[in-house]
Amino acid sequence: MDYSEIRSSFAKSKIGLVGLGMLACLIIASVVTITAIPADTYKQWNNPASWTEFPKSAQPGWVNWLAEKKIPEHKILDSPNTTLRQGETESIIVQRFGVDYTSDYFPGEFLLNFKSEYSGSPILQMSVIRPDGITLELMSSSLPYSEHRTDYFDKIFSTNDAIKKNLRLQSEHFSYPIQEHGAKEIIFAKTNKHETLKGKYEFVIEVSDVDTFDSKLVLGGKVFGLAGTDELRRDLAIGLLWGTPVALFIGIVVAFGSVVSGLVFGVYAGYKGGKTDESMMRFNDVIYALPALPFLIILSVTTSNSIFLMIGFLMIFGWVGVAKVSRSMALQIKTRQFVDAAKTMGQKDSKIIFRHIIPQIMPYALASIAISVPAAITTEAGLSFLGLGDPTYPTWGQILHDAKSHGAAARGLWWWIVPPGVMVAITGLAFVFIGNSLESTVNPKLRR
Amino acid sequence: MGLKRYFAKRALVLFGVLMATLLLTVLLVGSNMDSILKKGIAIQVRAEIVENKELTAGFAGTDELNQYIDSQIEKRTKTLGLDEPWHSPNRIGLAMYKILILDFGHSAFLTSDSGSTSVGDIILEKLPRTILLFTTATVIISIIGILVGAAAGSKVGSKTDKITSSFAIISSSFPVWWIGLLMIFTFSFWYAIFPARATPIIPPTDPGYVASLLHHMTLPIITIVLIGFGTWAYLVRNFMAGIMQEDFIFVKKTIGIKQRKIIFGSALKNAAPPIVTILALSLSGSLGGAIITEAVFDWPGMGRLYFEAITLMDLPVIIGATYVLTVFFLVSIFVSDLLYGYLDPRIRTG
Repeated sequence: MDYSEIRSSFAKSKIGLVGLGMLACLIIASVVTITAIPADTYKQWNNPASWTEFPKSAQPGWVNWLAEKKIPEHKILDSPNTTLRQGETESIIVQRFGVDYTSDYFPGEFLLNFKSEYSGSPILQMSVIRPDGITLELMSSSLPYSEHRTDYFDKIFSTNDAIKKNLRLQSEHFSYPIQEHGAKEIIFAKTNKHETLKGKYEFVIEVSDVDTFDSKLVLGGKVFGLAGTDELRRDLAIGLLWGTPVALFIGIVVAFGSVVSGLVFGVYAGYKGGKTDESMMRFNDVIYALPALPFLIILSVTTSNSIFLMIGFLMIFGWVGVAKVSRSMALQIKTRQFVDAAKTMGQKDSKIIFRHIIPQIMPYALASIAISVPAAITTEAGLSFLGLGDPTYPTWGQILHDAKSHGAAARGLWWWIVPPGVMVAITGLAFVFIGNSLESTVNPKLRR
Repeated sequence: MGLKRYFAKRALVLFGVLMATLLLTVLLVGSNMDSILKKGIAIQVRAEIVENKELTAGFAGTDELNQYIDSQIEKRTKTLGLDEPWHSPNRIGLAMYKILILDFGHSAFLTSDSGSTSVGDIILEKLPRTILLFTTATVIISIIGILVGAAAGSKVGSKTDKITSSFAIISSSFPVWWIGLLMIFTFSFWYAIFPARATPIIPPTDPGYVASLLHHMTLPIITIVLIGFGTWAYLVRNFMAGIMQEDFIFVKKTIGIKQRKIIFGSALKNAAPPIVTILALSLSGSLGGAIITEAVFDWPGMGRLYFEAITLMDLPVIIGATYVLTVFFLVSIFVSDLLYGYLDPRIRTG
């Protein structure tokens, strides 16, 4: 059977094309991830310090499309509209953060994270303009006095006492007592009823007499991004996306490596025959009898948890089955006339194996590569799930490991458990579909 | 008599494989084992000498005492043969001999529930639990798988066949342990029907223990069967599909023998040898439990034992468990070879 035949027969198989389509989507996702998402994000994956501005265990943003009452979205606003205003004696930097608030619930706490360079004692003022036109003064405080030019970082939380006090002084806007409510429940409330007021809010920060001023407004919420966040505040979308190229890499490299080595091993044994064959097959038996998962665990515990070592270990256990099958195929092929002819012509063994026998088995090898990808991916996911993964790269298995160790299943954090497993399954299915339809085209016995 | 010789040779080969596996395990963990043993001796000697007040009082200073301790440690290391490097043939030979006669020694950290540190006791305690869950599940899987597979394989291309095949393909690409997590989420959190942990809280002496155990076991069993039977059904279907094309089946059909009788009487009988082989292998495989599935359901069987032993680097337990599982695996290969010879007359005649 030659390749054009295989191609045309594969093109007729619907399931194979579906698999190919899924694989194409995964590859596109990987390419987009690698090019569009800064590589720094995956290096920071296991660094809690880089996720402090994110919400804890927030559901994915799209749950609001399905829900009747909108859950507040967690917003990180880091590009304010900055203008310069000339005051009487000094210049004032004004930064405006616009927020379109549409939720039916009050938001979580908010915080202003700022960084400034100044000398002297500048004054920072914070106010909010509500959709109904009311302006609430939130804060007016001076930054600590400094004689020399200094760098200053600070955070202002919505739980700050000064904000609360200022709001109480403005209680005339509201027709009900606001004393018992927190700042977030006053700012975002209707004036006649304690309900959220939807619309465009604008937080205005004014600082006088500073050289530079840079701020970020984080408005707390319970949904975030495409995939939500986990207990450690990490954006799961980033973990899931980075997991794709890693999983594809592991799966394809392991499958390719183990099938090729199994193929060469088996064909050589079958072609040589006799004692070589016997001893090689006994070696094969030894590897076959090793309990694979325990050995993989022992190996990764005793050596290191580097992902490249793990790929090597997975290959060690992956080639055995292929070697057995390709040996029996080689046994059949070597009795054919063209092999005899090549031998009589005095060709070297290596040439006969690589030029005449292996090309005959190639279609089978291709199918086996596709079929062994899912096993490699699930095994890696399993090892990572047990906590033996390489912490330098986020993988789906590691996300699930963290989910398990934080009791996500029993606590109902479904967005932490479902997507990584679905990704593993989709990747596996893509290759299984391709492999199955390849196999049924190269192995006519299965076609009936 | 060729058959007897064939099996004798096969048994010999499998024994060789067992030895090679054992050697590999010992080599892999040997260096760590060595340092653990030496540390153990040092701690033991120190504790003994410090407890012996009369002896410690006789020394002039700490230097002298330390010297004495060092010499004692060295002496004991020598008597145990640990002064040779761990990779010396003598020590590896001794270690392998001990394992071969099932003397696994004592564990470094883990104990059985009754407090025994003997590796043999620990394994004997965990093995029945694994058999209870995984072997039961394997039996259920194989029964469902054979029935569904036979039904699908007898009518290739029918709706049953298509549903079975696609279910098998799809279910095989989901990791069992992930489905386990989802099952816990659905049936322990969403609908609180089954407990999330698979082990009962009440002691085994309580009369309600069996009922409680069954209740706890339900969720893992459902999970394992759900993910497992598709693959089985698919394998059986493929064997059956081949056999249903054979001439003798057509003959039986034409002379009017009932479909059901053909499937379960003739076809399945012909497909039996490979099915029995797979059954033997998966039964022995089930004894190892499933490290990851047991971790998900908190089931205290062989898989969990393995994982705990590995994370604590409790090497005697690792070696013992590996050895026991490999023996079971090889025995089942051998038994399936025997059964193959018995079921398939072609092997007997030549």
